[in-house]
Amino acid sequence: MADATKKRPVYLNLVSIRLPLPGFVSILHRISGALLFLLLLIFGVGWFADSLASPSAFAALKQTFSYPIVRLLLLVALWAYLHHFCAGIRYLLMDLDIGVTLAPARMSSYAVLAVSILLTLFVGSWLLW
Amino acid sequence: MVKRIVTGAHYGLRDWLMQRVTAVIMAVYTLVFLAALSCITPVTYDSWRNLFAQGWMRIATFLFLVSAFLHAWVGMRDILMDYVKPVGIRLFLETLVIIALVGCGGLAVQTLWRL
Repeated sequence: MADATKKRPVYLNLVSIRLPLPGFVSILHRISGALLFLLLLIFGVGWFADSLASPSAFAALKQTFSYPIVRLLLLVALWAYLHHFCAGIRYLLMDLDIGVTLAPARMSSYAVLAVSILLTLFVGSWLLW
Repeated sequence: MVKRIVTGAHYGLRDWLMQRVTAVIMAVYTLVFLAALSCITPVTYDSWRNLFAQGWMRIATFLFLVSAFLHAWVGMRDILMDYVKPVGIRLFLETLVIIALVGCGGLAVQTLWRL
């Protein structure tokens, strides 16, 4: 029990720690998750309600979505969703013991970063432009 | 004298499993939603409304939202446990997360079942 409260040396200089690629994907998973929570609460559910409330509310929402700043926000939200989606599938595969050794784990980290950005551009250009 | 650390009780395997089950539900819904969306583009109010007014889509969206809220709760609680050390502030923030999620859940259910 004493171990839980015992002072241990901690090295957490975030500037000088060089995160390996899987670690980078991991922290992005967390950041995108937190971002999705905030965007879902602040905008998502409200926009969903507006879009189905009435034809005029739908038109007003469409107008809102035409502003560049809102489109940028939507693109960021889309990236967060897709990154979380791709990284999540990677973790689910790892739970099944697929790709847990160093080389495949590093490769799949690259794949997650690349695929989520490509998908963001693809889905974004399909839905937003 | 045992010095207890306030974290709650008996989550662990249950929440680990819940995070994965809800993730799979949301992943499947995402693909179904994109497929359905590709059938109604360019989206109009009527096609958008008709999509969600269908029984199966309403239930699927409801399942997605419940999964998203449970998933968000586990994730946000993990984040708060990692970064917010004072117990009082952490419990306060966790309570805010629950209130916000339940409130959003209510609005989403009302939106779906009013169609």
